[in-house]
Amino acid sequence: MFDKYMVCEETLHNVVEDGAVTGYAFEVRITYYRGLRLSMVEPFEVVVDGAPVPVEDLRFTLGGARTYTFAEMADEIGDRWEFGERALLTVRKPGGLAAGEHTLDVIERLRISYMPVLSEARCRKTAVVA
Amino acid sequence: MTTKIKRGVSLYSLQEEFFLRKLTLEQCIAEMSRLDIRGIETIAEQMMPGYPNLPDGFYEQWHGWMKQYGTVPTAHDMFLDTKLHRDRPLSLEESVESLKVDIRHAAKLGCFVIRVLVTTPPEVVEAAAPYAIDHGITLALEIHSPWDWDDEHIQRHLEVADRVGVEHVGVMPDMGIYVRRFPRVIWQRALRDGATPAIVDQIVERYDNRDTATIVEDVERLGGNPADVNLARTSTHFICSDPKLLLDHLPAVHHIQAKFYEMTTVDGLDEEYSIPYPEIIAILKRGDWDGYLSSEYEGNRHIQDAFEVESVDQVRRQHAMFTRLLG
Repeated sequence: MFDKYMVCEETLHNVVEDGAVTGYAFEVRITYYRGLRLSMVEPFEVVVDGAPVPVEDLRFTLGGARTYTFAEMADEIGDRWEFGERALLTVRKPGGLAAGEHTLDVIERLRISYMPVLSEARCRKTAVVA
Repeated sequence: MTTKIKRGVSLYSLQEEFFLRKLTLEQCIAEMSRLDIRGIETIAEQMMPGYPNLPDGFYEQWHGWMKQYGTVPTAHDMFLDTKLHRDRPLSLEESVESLKVDIRHAAKLGCFVIRVLVTTPPEVVEAAAPYAIDHGITLALEIHSPWDWDDEHIQRHLEVADRVGVEHVGVMPDMGIYVRRFPRVIWQRALRDGATPAIVDQIVERYDNRDTATIVEDVERLGGNPADVNLARTSTHFICSDPKLLLDHLPAVHHIQAKFYEMTTVDGLDEEYSIPYPEIIAILKRGDWDGYLSSEYEGNRHIQDAFEVESVDQVRRQHAMFTRLLG
């Protein structure tokens, strides 16, 4: 559920730190009908323009300030990703993405206690870097 | 005879609009009040960000809304994150503590009942029951498909209810246990996802004839594509319990989640496509039941890929049906 709302494609942008482009980022939403504590958010699978992104290069940021690696999220039982809340998913990649159109494929997996298998949602969006 | 059955809504019904930030929690309450729906059921983890650490100010605001919109809190829907930790399941003690958090929240909201997730172990409910009683909260296990009244798990919960007293621990049937006709919104979605029309027809026909025991294997044997097999599997998750059994269990029924998939118009009247509400409501009236029918619209996830979701209007139409059937 909410699959098509997962990737907010209009938010794709390169990340500039100290004058250098260190990666790119876009916003994502939870594909479930309630928020979850972060330990139940499994590592995302992100494929950009057909190339898989290593999970170590991903950062997940809530509220513009609370930034986690997916390894850190696995043990985070306090902080929550709320229902409908936009989290910022950052890909660390020096140089970022070239201006123009890109294809984002994201698989979001959630560990829902009452489900025998992981909840899995897929979203493909075409997005533009200005 | 005037019925004592009351009309309510679970704000779960409006999840699409809340998720997309088209409606705030307050606006959800206001919209329902405008439809003359007074009983408000909520999922804290859906529409109350920050739960379970909500400040006192939130609860003050909540009670202000209830007064302003002429609404009353009914149920709080709890979850039990047994898989919170990646390396071990939640212990019994931790599970009971989790339910106590829900009990405190429900009491602060002014709810009378907690929807206990169907998968909750009966031991957890029994251990938390004294705490719930102290807080004036009833614990009601949801009876949710594919579980039916006679399943062992449900029977064990009913035994807890007997031991504790059905006025304190009972059930909350989800009307999704009465899916008589396979929901149209689900097979239409399967077609959009690439299912084969002839196979979809077979699955729907077999569900409607309660002939799904071997349906997944049969669809695989027919060479069904992934969307076909997925629909076949989905059909095995639905049940159609005998509505007459509801009468026997009414003393333990504290609240009803009035699940619906799609309101349709039949001979100019609003009717639910799958669930036989005329029969269900006749039974509730016969049993002189006096709780809330709490709308639970579940169509959004099946149509949001292709259509604008109009949850408020769907709820409006379900309540037009309720009003007609309640008389």
